[in-house]
Amino acid sequence: MSYLAVEDLSISFGGIRAVDDVSFAVDEGEVFAIIGPNGAGKTTLFNLVSGIYFPDGGRVRFAGRDITSLPAHRIAPLGLARTFQNIELFEHATVLQNLLIGRHVHRRSTALSHLLFLPAVRREELEHRRRVEDVIDLLELAHYREQTIANLPYGVRKVVEVGRALCLEPKLLLLDEPTSGLNPEESEDMGFWIEDINRDLGVTVVMVAHDMGLVSRVAGRVLALNEGRVIAEGSPVEVQKDPAVVDAYLGAD
Amino acid sequence: MRFLFKTHYNQDIDHLKHGGDRFWYGLLLVLVAAAPAALGTFYLGELNLVMIYAIAGVGLMLLVGYTGQVSLGHAAFLAIGAYTHSLLLGAGLPFLLSIAAAVLVTALVGAGVGWIALRMTGIYLAIATLAFAMLTEQTISRAEWLTGGFRGLAVPQASLFGIPLTQGWQHYYVTLALLVVTLLAALNILRSSTGRALVAIRDSEISAESVGINVAVYKTLAFALSAGITGLAGALFAHRLGYLSPDAFTFLISLQLLLMVVVGGVGSMRGVIFGALFIGFLPQLLAIARDTLPAQIAQAPGLEPGIFGLILVLVILFEPQGIFGRWLKIKSYFQMFPLYRRATHRRQKTYLRTERLR
Repeated sequence: MSYLAVEDLSISFGGIRAVDDVSFAVDEGEVFAIIGPNGAGKTTLFNLVSGIYFPDGGRVRFAGRDITSLPAHRIAPLGLARTFQNIELFEHATVLQNLLIGRHVHRRSTALSHLLFLPAVRREELEHRRRVEDVIDLLELAHYREQTIANLPYGVRKVVEVGRALCLEPKLLLLDEPTSGLNPEESEDMGFWIEDINRDLGVTVVMVAHDMGLVSRVAGRVLALNEGRVIAEGSPVEVQKDPAVVDAYLGAD
Repeated sequence: MRFLFKTHYNQDIDHLKHGGDRFWYGLLLVLVAAAPAALGTFYLGELNLVMIYAIAGVGLMLLVGYTGQVSLGHAAFLAIGAYTHSLLLGAGLPFLLSIAAAVLVTALVGAGVGWIALRMTGIYLAIATLAFAMLTEQTISRAEWLTGGFRGLAVPQASLFGIPLTQGWQHYYVTLALLVVTLLAALNILRSSTGRALVAIRDSEISAESVGINVAVYKTLAFALSAGITGLAGALFAHRLGYLSPDAFTFLISLQLLLMVVVGGVGSMRGVIFGALFIGFLPQLLAIARDTLPAQIAQAPGLEPGIFGLILVLVILFEPQGIFGRWLKIKSYFQMFPLYRRATHRRQKTYLRTERLR
């Protein structure tokens, strides 16, 4: 029984089959990469898995549970967190607040007790803060803690988004192009963090990536998509050599 | 400049962050508590109105400034609060109980409106709430068996713990106490996970969903909270009016409330107070200005709404952060003197966002 199992997943937008009968399985504890040229359906696939879109056909199972028809806010508490390709942070809040929002699934008190800010709420807030500080330490965000997202450079925002996802204490992390728009140094740091998150925190990682250097370094297995269909699956080296993948990127003859 | 040395996370949670805060807010509280001794009946009444506006403003700010949902219909919640309170008071309910019931009823209506308007944002939401306000106004004027329609409804005399509230200063202290309670409750919400969920919805619904926030539930909750607090202001407003009729709760009131939030500074509770002072004393300033202006201008119909509209446009164009934003800039100018640069507060570039997912 695999940890995340995607079975015959399909979705169409108008006449376009954005994701067409895609199946794959991710085992607990691995780093799994999804590659493919622009418009291959990678991000759409993520949106289907995380409950933002609902598929026309097929199923998604996570940790033995069918999550196909669950909305995003019901999937997150099961231990599935994600980031977005174009960064979707809370722009007018500070880094600290963004990370604290990531703790939402771990709240125990009700809105009524928040109104009164009972001692139990304060204890819970302190607990959230301690967990958030752990993430801040891991991703070296201490310098930016009190800054508003709108004032941060792009590279830092990318890291904050990963941090917010980590604050959910997920079991499975979906990273949508974690290194897009980063300079080589930042990309390398991101690679190390992905390894740390996978090894030290025991989080299963599924990532969409364009950067083959990163993929070969951190990913155990790779799935290649083109025009919504799976064209290859295997180790990074195998997939890179696969003629269908070469065709998809460079065009046939 | 003040450098804070933080030794405990509680320092980030507490409302008053340091000694300076405690001193100035303490002083402010002493001053407003002592105001009845120093002010005449007229200005005390005006200050009472400012605080009623401020309560309504707290409600609207939660919705507009923190949840990012526009409302042009808050006069309706003010009206529902005022009428419910007056009717229940007339039916013999004690003052505090009647106020609590008014808050509850208005919150329920607000939740209903929020739930219906769930899928609307921006201009569409503004129009929907405006329509709701008009509907409420019409309902109140037609339901004569309950509200007296345009004949009006006399607000019964209130009494608190057996003491009849007849004097201006008594109403002043009741309003002050309720304003403090409202502000504390709103700030408590904002420093807990509920408040953060509202901010999350304001900034990105898609990511709010993906961190596990049920956007529908929290939007409805925001409407309920906002309406309930505005209903509280309505109940106090009823005593100020003394006699309720539908034309006391027109579109102009909704616009004034929104103006208060925007001029004060969207996304700040201190902005609400600045905005309430502005809205409360602007008519007085206009009245004084009328005496000195030539008659053709001073007696022109629609001068007040015109000036309100003009101020709204000018503020949005030149100081989107409102009076509170200007206050922050002035403060940091003195804190950093002589190193302040205008670029410090310049708004930064926003990067591409996944618009198509919304």
